[in-house]
Parts: sequence; C-alpha cells; structure tokens
Amino acid sequence: MEALLHQIFAGIANGGIYASVGLALVMIHQATHHINFAQGEMATFSTFIAWWLIQNGWPYWGAFFFTVAISFALGLLIQRTVLKPVEKAPVLTNVIVFVGLLVIFNALAGWIFDHTIKSFPTPFPKGSLIDTQFFSSHEIGSILVMLCVLGALYAFFRFTPLGLAMRAAAQNPESARLVGVRVSWMLGMGWGLAAAIGAVAGMMIAPIVFLDPNMMGGILLYGFAAALLGGIDNPWGAVIGGFIVGILENLLGAYVIGTELKLTVALILIVGTLTLKPDGLFGKAVVTRV
Amino acid sequence: MNENTNNKWVWIGAAVLLVALCVLPFLVKNFRVFQFNMVMIYAIAVLGLNILTGFNGQISLGHGAFYAIGAYVAAILMDKAGVPYWATLPFSAVICFVVGYLMGFPALRLGGHYLALATFALALAIPQMLKYKGIEEWTGGVQGIVLNKPEAPFELSVLGQPLSADRWLYFYILLVTAIMFLIAWRLLRGRVGRALVAIRDHPIAASAMGVNLPVYKSLTFGVSAAFTGVAGALSATAVAFVSPDSFTSFLSITFLVGVVVGGLASIPGAIAGAIFIQFVPNIADEISKSAPWAIYGIFLILLMYLMPTGVAGLISKIYSRLRGGPAAASAGRSVASAVSQPVGGSQS
Amino acid sequence: MPELLEVKGLKASYGPTQVLFDIDFTLSQGQITTILGANGAGKTTTLRAVCQAVKTSGSVLFDGQQVVGKSTESVVRMGVAQVPDGRGTFTALSVEENLRLGAYVRKDKAEVAIDMEKAYARFPRLKERRNQQAGTLSGGEQQMLAISRALMLRPRMLLLDEPSFGLAPLIVAEIFRILRRINEEEKVSMLLVEQNANLALGLAHHAYLLETGRIVISGPSETIKNDETVRKVYLGY
Repeated sequence: MEALLHQIFAGIANGGIYASVGLALVMIHQATHHINFAQGEMATFSTFIAWWLIQNGWPYWGAFFFTVAISFALGLLIQRTVLKPVEKAPVLTNVIVFVGLLVIFNALAGWIFDHTIKSFPTPFPKGSLIDTQFFSSHEIGSILVMLCVLGALYAFFRFTPLGLAMRAAAQNPESARLVGVRVSWMLGMGWGLAAAIGAVAGMMIAPIVFLDPNMMGGILLYGFAAALLGGIDNPWGAVIGGFIVGILENLLGAYVIGTELKLTVALILIVGTLTLKPDGLFGKAVVTRV
Repeated sequence: MNENTNNKWVWIGAAVLLVALCVLPFLVKNFRVFQFNMVMIYAIAVLGLNILTGFNGQISLGHGAFYAIGAYVAAILMDKAGVPYWATLPFSAVICFVVGYLMGFPALRLGGHYLALATFALALAIPQMLKYKGIEEWTGGVQGIVLNKPEAPFELSVLGQPLSADRWLYFYILLVTAIMFLIAWRLLRGRVGRALVAIRDHPIAASAMGVNLPVYKSLTFGVSAAFTGVAGALSATAVAFVSPDSFTSFLSITFLVGVVVGGLASIPGAIAGAIFIQFVPNIADEISKSAPWAIYGIFLILLMYLMPTGVAGLISKIYSRLRGGPAAASAGRSVASAVSQPVGGSQS
Repeated sequence: MPELLEVKGLKASYGPTQVLFDIDFTLSQGQITTILGANGAGKTTTLRAVCQAVKTSGSVLFDGQQVVGKSTESVVRMGVAQVPDGRGTFTALSVEENLRLGAYVRKDKAEVAIDMEKAYARFPRLKERRNQQAGTLSGGEQQMLAISRALMLRPRMLLLDEPSFGLAPLIVAEIFRILRRINEEEKVSMLLVEQNANLALGLAHHAYLLETGRIVISGPSETIKNDETVRKVYLGY
C-alpha cells in the first residue's frame, strides 16, 4: 500500500513538470495554432544557462530568475525574427522551421556546454523542512514551484490588461487589432512566456534526471501527451492532463510494463488520444471548415 | 527526324552514365564506396518519405522508425534464421508496409502538426522499444546485432582494385535502388500520382470526385513505409550492424532534411537530398562534434525562407529559364505551387 | 475648416484583385456620412482601407495626418474605432472583458470606468449580462456590445460596417436611434457603411453610392432620398 501511494505521489510530482511543458505547448498552440517541437530543447538550453551561472558562483534563486528572464527574452526574440517570416506559410514549412530550431538548440547546448552529464542542484535539498515520508523535499518543492507558476499565469491572464490582450489576440486577431492590440507582439510574448515556463520545468527536472543535451527528449513527449489529453486548446486541461500522465506513467511503469517502456506509454497515450478522442478530455471540438 | 536524334542522345547519355556508375567503385577507396552505398540507401529512404510527405502531404517526423524496423527485420532474419541478405528485402518491405498501413488509420484523422506530433512520438519511442529486455533475445538489446558483410561471390579485379565486399554491395544496392526508383516512377507518374497530389492539395474536392481518401492515404503510408523499410534492410547489410541508438529521432529528422533539400514531390530530388545528408555531416564534423546538427538546423530554416522548393525546384526553375518554353515553365510552377499549397488535412 | 477624414484617389486590392478604383470622399467633424452600395461594391473594403487592414494606395488623411502605410493598431491609437461586419465580438470572453478591451489603448483609468457605466446605462441588457460569455448573446445584443466596445475608445471617428445585418427590424430601429443620440450628444463623427439604404439615409447627413469600387453618386442624404431616379435605379425602392 505504501509503495502504491509513493508511486502515485511520485507520479504527481513528475506530473507537475509534464503539466508545465504541456502548458507551454498549449499556450503557443492557442496563440499561433502551431505545435512547438523545439520546446524541449529550448528548455534544456535554458537549464544549461542556469547551470553555468551557478557554476560561476551565482546563488540558486538569482540564477533561477535570471534564467527565466533570459528565456523569456529568447522566446520573444525567436518569434519576432525566425518565425515571423513564415507566419503565413503552410504547415509543413512551419514544422520544418520548428524542427530546425530543435536541432539548433540541441547542437548549441552540446557545443557550448559539452555532452558530459552534469548534476543540477535543487533548492530543496534532502533533510530540509519539507522532507516527508512520501515525498522527497524536491518533489514537494517542485510541485509548489509549478503551482506558483500556474497561479501566476492564471492571475496574469485573468486580471491584467496585457493578459486580456493576449487572450484576445489569440482568439480573434482581427478584432484585437481593431482595439489597438499589437497582435504580432502578443504572439512574441506568448512565445516568451512558453520559453520561460519551459525553463522552470527544465530546472525542476534536472536535479532528478541529470543535465545533458538530450534531457528533455522524453519529457517533451509527456508534455505532448499531457497537452493532448487535456485538449490542445485548454490550459487547465494541460495541467490536469500532466498529472494524469505522471500518475499513469509511474503506475504502469511500476506494475504493468516495467520502467523501460515508459516512452511507449506516452506514445500510446498520444496516438490513442488523437485517434479516439482528438479533442482531449476537456477540449472543444476542432471543426474543419470546407 | 528530330525525335529520333533526341532519342539517340538520350540512349547514348544513359549508356555513358551506366558505364560511369559501374567503373566508379573501382576508382575510389573502399571507404568511399561504403559512403556511396549509404547515399543510395538514404536515397531510397528519402524517396519513401517523399512519397508520403511531398506527394501526399502527410507529414511524418517518424520515418526513422520504419528504417529501424526494416533494418532489424533483416538483421534478425540473417542472424537467427540464416536468410541470405538479398532475400531479406521482401520481408522488410512487407512488414513495414503493414505497419505503415496500420499507422495510416489513426493518421487519417490527423492533419498537419498533429500527424507530425504523433510520428515524432513514434520516433522518440523507438530506441526505447528496441532496447526492451523482453525481446532482447531477438534484438540483442542495447548492444544490438553484429552481422557479417557478404563477400563477393566471385573474384574480379578492375583497374587494379579487387571486388571487395563493399564494392560487391555497391552493385547490389545500385540494382535495388534502380528498381525502387523505377517502381516509384511508374507509381507516381500516372493516375495514382495525380490522385496523391489531389489528396494533398484539395482533399475534399478529391473525395467528392470519387478518390477513396482513407484507402489512398493508408496505402500511401504503407508504400512509403515499405520503401524506407527496404532502405533499412539494405543498411543492415551495408553497415553489418544494428543497434537501438543508431535509430534515434534525429534519424527521422535527417530524412526530412533530405526531402526538403532535394525538393518535395521530386523523385530525382531524393538523390540530391541523400548526397547532402551523407556528406555534409562529414565536412561539418571537422569543425565540432555538435556542429553538423547546428548546420542542419540553420540550413533547414534558411531553405524554408529562400528555397522552399529544394534543389529540384531550383533546377526546374533554371531549366525553364534556359528552355524558355511554357511547358517547362509550367512544370516548374507546378512544383512551386505544390509547395505553397497548404499541406495536410485540416487546421486553419 | 479641414475635414475630419479626407480620402483621395484611394485604391485597394486583395492580392492581385483590385477592389477600389480611385475613390474620393470626406467626413466632416460631427457628421454622419454613409456609403451605400450593393453586395460586393467594396463597402467593407473601404472601411478596412481606412483602418489599413488591406493593401491600399492613395491618400487617407485623418485629422490632417496621412494614414496610408500605418498599421491598424496605430490608426486605432489616433482615435479611430470600428464596429466590424459580423460584430467581431470576442466570443469566448465576457461582456465586461470585451468592453475593457475597447479601452485597451487608453491610460485614463477613472474615465474608462465612467465610460463603462455609460455603456451599461445606454444598453441595460449588457449590464445584466456583464459576466456572461459574449458568444451567448443574441445578435442584437452582440451588436450593442460591438458598438459599446468601439465607443470605449472615446473615438474621434466611429466606423460602422453594416450594423443592421441579420437583425430584426425593431432592434435595428433601436440601434439606429441610439446611434443618432450618440452623434448628437457626444459629437462622435461616424462613417456608416450599409446595404439598407433607407435606414442609412434616415440617419446620415451625407451619402455616397459605391458601385463595383467606384463612387457614382454623392450628396446630402435628403437630396438623394428625394431623388426618385437614384432611388429606383440604384437603391431599389
């Protein structure tokens, strides 16, 4: 029984991270109707930046927030420069550009920071105040961090004029222009936010799986599964989807399939969701106009 | 009179090309021959992906999976069942066709990014699946399977160079490549090819005109997978080794690069694409271990900005400029317009 | 006194298709001018051209400033608000959020709050539904919302694209009454594009008739209303 509980709790802890990656994907999809295949690599790259800062003597939280800020700027910059020229191009063109970004970030990470596996510190070390029997302190800590991020995002979108403008720009860009919203910049900010969220997710997962250029490959898959499960246009869905994926992954891995086929679980979840319930559990129907 | 002269030149050109291709492996070192073999193998793989993505507009980021399946099927047959290398091809082709056809069904409901996403998921999951301990007895687990390169069945020496294993394989692969390209050419030139392009560009109109969409799309997936599977089977022989880490998601990305560089919906473009993906990493490797991928990434993005129709499209444009005729120009235009049409089923 | 809006030699195209061919018209401060025409005449394109939402060439002077070449967002910031055809409501957002967006570019929070109360006073039905999702409102209510949203900008010029479209006559009459009140009380200048010539001529001071991208008739609406030939040939009644 205890083992089962621990698996569930571990699943919730991981689920928080999948939820964040899923959330980042949903945000970009809502704003641009594209799926950012480079999300994982960008997050890994951000985590490397944080690692480098910490190696050079920065305090953890200083490095953390600086990395988040830089990631935001980087995401914004990429949308404004690399993606703007192909904004109206066909789907395949965009997919290839995203894949190109994926590959560049992965290569840059390896080139600048090399391929040796590195350990990444956690601000919630063992034996600290919040260490408990069921959760390690890092697991609780990362869930808390994720909840803060999600709460901040919710507040931003719900209560600030800028958040409102971003929602408007994503839903109805033409009308948004008519009230003076600079829609292109809103797209850029969406990317910036997604990059920032990815950075946080990366910094939370790195202490567990260790940092190397290929760290986020599998996690991206879980993020996809989370986003799809929750309905690709539903931010809350992505969050709930993330927790579901996390718990399923751990339970299936511990009791059914064994830990080696976890990615296959994600694959089946993705293909299954897309085939059986493409709107996800909470999404709205995607209607194709003739 | 003119047509006969033209035909004569085409035949002479073809003969010259054939002789050149046959002499080539004896002019260069063994390792270079091996690289040529890989170019031909990649050409078949890229052609396979092009059938699906270029002609039919279904985006696959997971064709490395079919390559892997083809390779492992061939390797297991050779290693465990003693099947001769040339007999493994039909098995790989059929198995990959079936897998591809089955994958075609969920793909029917997916357009654009969702299909790319699902196939990308497949590509990411494949190495782990190949390492699975449950099937380790067959697949060799993490270490994979080591094979023997087949030696030439007879002794031969041309221009002082012996007919080594690699050179023998060169001719074998050349023959297979020629056959595969011929099959693709026959398939795509006629009604089938037109139906595929119609499905890509105007799926609803095509359906309304009686093209059976689900059947065509699934069949295309199957055929495309079969082609890439055959390439995988060839690679098992040519490389004499299969392991899970040879078939990461980056392989799928590599094939997509090949399609894009060569040109969407272009059969000869597959060769240009294959040459690119085989040789550019070697050159870039001298700069840095990670550099090939950075080069790929930048190149991909620049290609999308500047030359969305790839090498084939560029040549087509140049050709039409030189020829100056409306037929040539419209051929170039049809490729260009093929790229600029929205690809994949849905999504506004 | 210079006109509020002075358009000269305006051409507009969608890609290779030209839709407006050298049109001239003006809107005077405090007035309502209407552009009439059948379907496909280019009325909506004209409004989009003023907002720079379509490729244009020629001269569009708003309050003496050249607008051609600016972005839509900049034109809005100059004080031009549009009620688009089809209402353009943010259907997934609440009524109140729609109104807040109308005032997005304004910095004077206190005044914005006053304007919001004014909008609710003018259209009590919106106040009842302030937290409801805008997409659940009826057609007439959405039109009221669209107009209110545009007015939240405190615009110098209001562009209206077929406000009568798809609405019951009673609702349309009410809306047009309110538009007249807004023009008279708050001195908002309006450029109105309409298919329903009768209604438009009843509201506007000045009228232009657009036929396949060209202005064929212009004059005070009284004159046009009373000209039988024009009515029969061009306006169909």
